[in-house]
Amino acid sequence: MIRKPLRPLALVLEARAAGQNPKDIERENIRARQEQARDASRSRAESRLLVLLLTFLSLFGLVAFQMGVLALSDASEPTSSYSGPSIVAQRGNIVDREGRILATNIDTYSLYATPQDMVDPEMAAKGLVEIFPELEEQDLLRWFTGKRKFLWVKKKLSPEQKQAVQDLGEPGLKFGPRELRLYPNGSLAAHVLGGASFGREDVAAAEVVGVAGVEKTFDDFLRDPARAGEPLQLTIDLSIQSAVERVLQGGMTLMNAKGAAAILMDVNTGEIVSLVSLPDFDPNERPPLPTSGSPTDSPLFNRAVQGVYELGSTFKIFAAAQAIDLGLVTPDTMIDIRGPLKWGKFRITDFKNYGNELSVYDIIKKSSNIGTARLALQIGAERQQDFLRALGFDEKTSVEMVEAKGGKPKWPSDWQDISTITVSYGHGISVTPMHLAAGYATLANGGYRVTPTLLKQDYPQRGPRVISPETSRQVREMLRAVVKEGTATFGDVEGYAVGGKTGTADKAKENGGGYYEDRVISTFASVFPAYDPKYVLIVTMDEPELATEIEPKRTAGWTAVPIAAEIITRVAPLLGLRPEIEPKPQTGVTGASN
Amino acid sequence: MRILLYLAIFGMVIAQSFWAYNENYETQKALAESKSLQTDIANARARLAVLNAEWAYLNRPDRLQDLVDMNFDRLQLLPLRPEQFGSVTEVPRLDPLAPSAQLSALEVAQ
Repeated sequence: MIRKPLRPLALVLEARAAGQNPKDIERENIRARQEQARDASRSRAESRLLVLLLTFLSLFGLVAFQMGVLALSDASEPTSSYSGPSIVAQRGNIVDREGRILATNIDTYSLYATPQDMVDPEMAAKGLVEIFPELEEQDLLRWFTGKRKFLWVKKKLSPEQKQAVQDLGEPGLKFGPRELRLYPNGSLAAHVLGGASFGREDVAAAEVVGVAGVEKTFDDFLRDPARAGEPLQLTIDLSIQSAVERVLQGGMTLMNAKGAAAILMDVNTGEIVSLVSLPDFDPNERPPLPTSGSPTDSPLFNRAVQGVYELGSTFKIFAAAQAIDLGLVTPDTMIDIRGPLKWGKFRITDFKNYGNELSVYDIIKKSSNIGTARLALQIGAERQQDFLRALGFDEKTSVEMVEAKGGKPKWPSDWQDISTITVSYGHGISVTPMHLAAGYATLANGGYRVTPTLLKQDYPQRGPRVISPETSRQVREMLRAVVKEGTATFGDVEGYAVGGKTGTADKAKENGGGYYEDRVISTFASVFPAYDPKYVLIVTMDEPELATEIEPKRTAGWTAVPIAAEIITRVAPLLGLRPEIEPKPQTGVTGASN
Repeated sequence: MRILLYLAIFGMVIAQSFWAYNENYETQKALAESKSLQTDIANARARLAVLNAEWAYLNRPDRLQDLVDMNFDRLQLLPLRPEQFGSVTEVPRLDPLAPSAQLSALEVAQ
């Protein structure tokens, strides 16, 4: 660039000649140069601003465009990220304590029809009836030719049926994928599992919802997609459950009982290892709710947690335990048992005459009503009720099954002294076998309250203390004596030191007005091994009757006890309990706490 | 000098766009692969569930009991009884010298 001089000589000479100040020329030139420089910098600044403006505009434009795209486009899963097992939309499995499957899902199809797409409705109706004999051809034809645009034909299809329907070649018959809840073990643990059915249904999918048992209690857990099909582990043991069911079923047939229930529970953790109620059902084909007859006779009825029964003499041990724990008596205290014991218009008698007096130990061993009544009168109504409350006999059990809500104990409406007496030997108060199991576990485990549960526990439960460890030891000795030389001698299983108490209660008439004379609920509540209890087993039979040559036997000692013994023989090895020689009872030695 | 700079920048733009183009196709390939793998995993999972269900169905205690009853002549399987528990002392004892004797014989051979 050629710079123009500020004082061009020619102009300066010219100006001098004209008598002008040549400095003006220089000034003028400087001004022009400055003006030029200013113009240049201005245009540069303007162009920079323009670039900046365009940059910002395009950036904001990009953001706006992206927002528009996001708002207008359909949402889609990011395909590049790791999705892992979280997309498993299936309902979680239910497994037993060893991880064996109790409930799982399989894929199947449902069949629906869209009549407007049908080519030959008559052929379709005919073909369907051949595949599904339970359908009516007339009905199908009426539906297929009517105004309906959509109808379900079958909710579940087997693969063979699906193939057969496909072979009909009818375009108006369509399949919707379905997830089917499968209980591979059939009726095993049916009452625990409950069952499932379809909730909201659509052509493409249907939700599976639990309708009873743990399926309903843990419905949210099992359906939670965040858990990604994580299985629900129960405390039930499949092989033990199977053994108990088999023995109980055989026993029920042998004893001509119309129902039976058994609970096997860990005395320390409250884990229910086996829970059986007979008759049972197949949860794969859950029967409909009964519309006639007594609901308690339905196979759906869970006798172990729903059935509230007067459990008879099994309650005597509670009165004895409380009397000992309060320090009112010791196992050796002699009690007057002369009968009959008259209380108002009531007469309390014993099964047979046991003499004038018996020790507390013998009262339990021989199951004396009068003796227990005397103990209860010493304790008094107030303290007796407190004790029953402490054992949880005043509220429904908290077992994780919806049916447990139905098992609310029944107490005498007006608790008088006669109630105190009858309750002490298990009449006038109704509880479920599950309550009894929890009560016996509490007495046996050293006195800690136990809450039965179906979920695996890592540690022994340490509920509130109900009785002292020393009382617990004495109670166990008495229970052991009942089996060794008392009313439950058929219950002894060599090597397992079974301790327990029998109970035979007359059944109350359904519509009130007293008791049946020839119908009983017989119960055997047992703990084993008695010197160091691990498990509690409750066996209850509804209306058992063992036909013998002389007279039919109904008492628990003849009905529930041998069955319980057989169950223990079968399941104790499965539980990993090795038969042991029982330590000798401490004769003549009393604990330092006394 | 300036021309050289422009050329270098231009070359870099070309190289980068080529790289980006390449990456784009690589990514699409990887995505397609992961999609097919995920389908495979889903299928395998479904199959596993069916097999597990089948396994549980075939191993249900009722069926096993029936099989035991059917094959009683050959197998004579009975439920586990308490008497069947043994103790270590009932296991026949081996001659305590035998293994060491064998061992020393082995050492000699070597």
